[in-house]
Amino acid sequence: MIKIEHLVKQYGEKTVVNEISFTVNDGEIVGFLGPNGAGKSTTMNMITGYLSSTSGDISIDGFDILENTIEAKRHIGYLPEQPPLYLDMTVEEYMNFIYDLKGCTLNRKKHLNEIIDVTKLSDAWGRVIRNLSKGYKQRVGIAQALVGNPGTIILDEPTVGLDPKQVIEVRNLIRTLGRDHTIILSTHILSEVQAVCDRVLVMNKGKLVADERTEELVNAVDGNRRLSIKICGPQREVLAMLKNRPGIVYAEALGEHDLDSVTYMVESERGVDIRKPLFAVLAQNNWPCIGIEPMGINLEDVFLSLVDKNESAKSRKKRPVTPEFMTGSGKEAE
Amino acid sequence: MLAIYKREMRAYFTSPIGYIFIGLFLAVSGILFSVCTLLAGADSDVNTYFTMILYAFIIVIPFITMRSFAEERKQKTEQLLLTSPVSIAGMVAAKFLAAFTLFLGTFLVSCLQLSLLGKYTADTINGVNYPRIWGNIFAVILVGAACIAIGIFISSLTENQIVAAVGTISVLLLFFVLNILNSFIDSFLIRTLVNWFSVLSRYMNFTYGIFDFTALLYYFSICVVFLFLAVRVFEKRRWS
Repeated sequence: MIKIEHLVKQYGEKTVVNEISFTVNDGEIVGFLGPNGAGKSTTMNMITGYLSSTSGDISIDGFDILENTIEAKRHIGYLPEQPPLYLDMTVEEYMNFIYDLKGCTLNRKKHLNEIIDVTKLSDAWGRVIRNLSKGYKQRVGIAQALVGNPGTIILDEPTVGLDPKQVIEVRNLIRTLGRDHTIILSTHILSEVQAVCDRVLVMNKGKLVADERTEELVNAVDGNRRLSIKICGPQREVLAMLKNRPGIVYAEALGEHDLDSVTYMVESERGVDIRKPLFAVLAQNNWPCIGIEPMGINLEDVFLSLVDKNESAKSRKKRPVTPEFMTGSGKEAE
Repeated sequence: MLAIYKREMRAYFTSPIGYIFIGLFLAVSGILFSVCTLLAGADSDVNTYFTMILYAFIIVIPFITMRSFAEERKQKTEQLLLTSPVSIAGMVAAKFLAAFTLFLGTFLVSCLQLSLLGKYTADTINGVNYPRIWGNIFAVILVGAACIAIGIFISSLTENQIVAAVGTISVLLLFFVLNILNSFIDSFLIRTLVNWFSVLSRYMNFTYGIFDFTALLYYFSICVVFLFLAVRVFEKRRWS
């Protein structure tokens, strides 16, 4: 169990992590979600004892990271943003080094073999790390974190820079590990959180803006369904029809012209499936619909909705074009 | 700590750096030995040889210390070491001992050539002055350890190996020229002070075959102080 209370990290005047408190229970897979620079990595570095906090307490399985450093570190496996690999070693040498470094007492051969099985590293076992592909390197990084069977595994952006197939592999691996480890992973990809995590902690500008079960977070944002619809027909009339349809909250021409079709973004009310009636109307008018695709929600939407939620006392504003965390000017992120 | 030591030793020999150091050190000591003793004829003196070896440290020691922490930082592997259950002091000590082992081994090998002295010595009555040689060997090892500690500390300050090497060369140079500098200073106080810090003036007693305990303490203190500073560098980075 990881317990974090009133954690603050300041670099000079700048506050990077601002009064964060949360608890991660045993066996949970928790996702740290937030844009770059939100303070995710800093928080993880503090949990693992790489950085010290300006104030606040961190305890890992009851061991304080500042007072009982060595014992606390024994309970954590950490994969930093860039996997800490010695490029001149083979995977075998590296894993044996980590085994010694962590002062592991489990049966060496058996333990390392288990890790190879889980991380599927047997092909790369005798190869020099320098020559491995990015996906393999990442897996070696994760394997490294597993040595000594720590109760908690912390992964900082484990899928960044991997190709789609490798991303899926790593996510599956994380899910497998989640069966008998507590996992904290950071990401700025929402679908990753949806795919892997039980619980999400959302950070923005050093503050924790949400701490929710994954389903709840997604539901909260998914209030309105958004579709991208490709229709052949006169743009003005089609748009006017879309805007007047019952069940449609918002419609907009995205201006992507393809042959004689235009793509529209349509937002429907919660719980209403507009696709069937819409199809009928389009057929009546002889405006062929040549494509309907659901538009996925993205991180920006999550942020906006969370920020909106926090600001709910104020009247709901029009959706800003650029999410304010990207411009860095908004005051709504409080 | 043993794991880090073993990895360091291994790294010296899987990269060219260990071989370069050994080759360079043996070549330089061989040349100096020939020039200072065998070829010097009547002026032959082991003290000159050992003093010249000390000057060679300015160039060769940075080879084994420059990568120690700079490379870890560049490769981001220091994050691994600092988040693993090893104390920072243990980590610094392991790095120091690895570099020291390589240095000690190479230096002891280079000492084999001293056995030639007995065969060619000009002084047929007294033979070779062995206590003096033992004193010198012992002192050179001490000075080497001090230089390595300085190099390790400087390596912990940067992530660029070249900067670490040049920085180490500069600092060692400064330490070594202190007593040359001294002859230009008039003030007695400053001269005494500078003399106190000078690596070479401490060394002198060993060349007379005298075991100088204060010098031993001095070199030992330099090791401890600079290794302690290296530990502080990591502590500081953690807290800042």
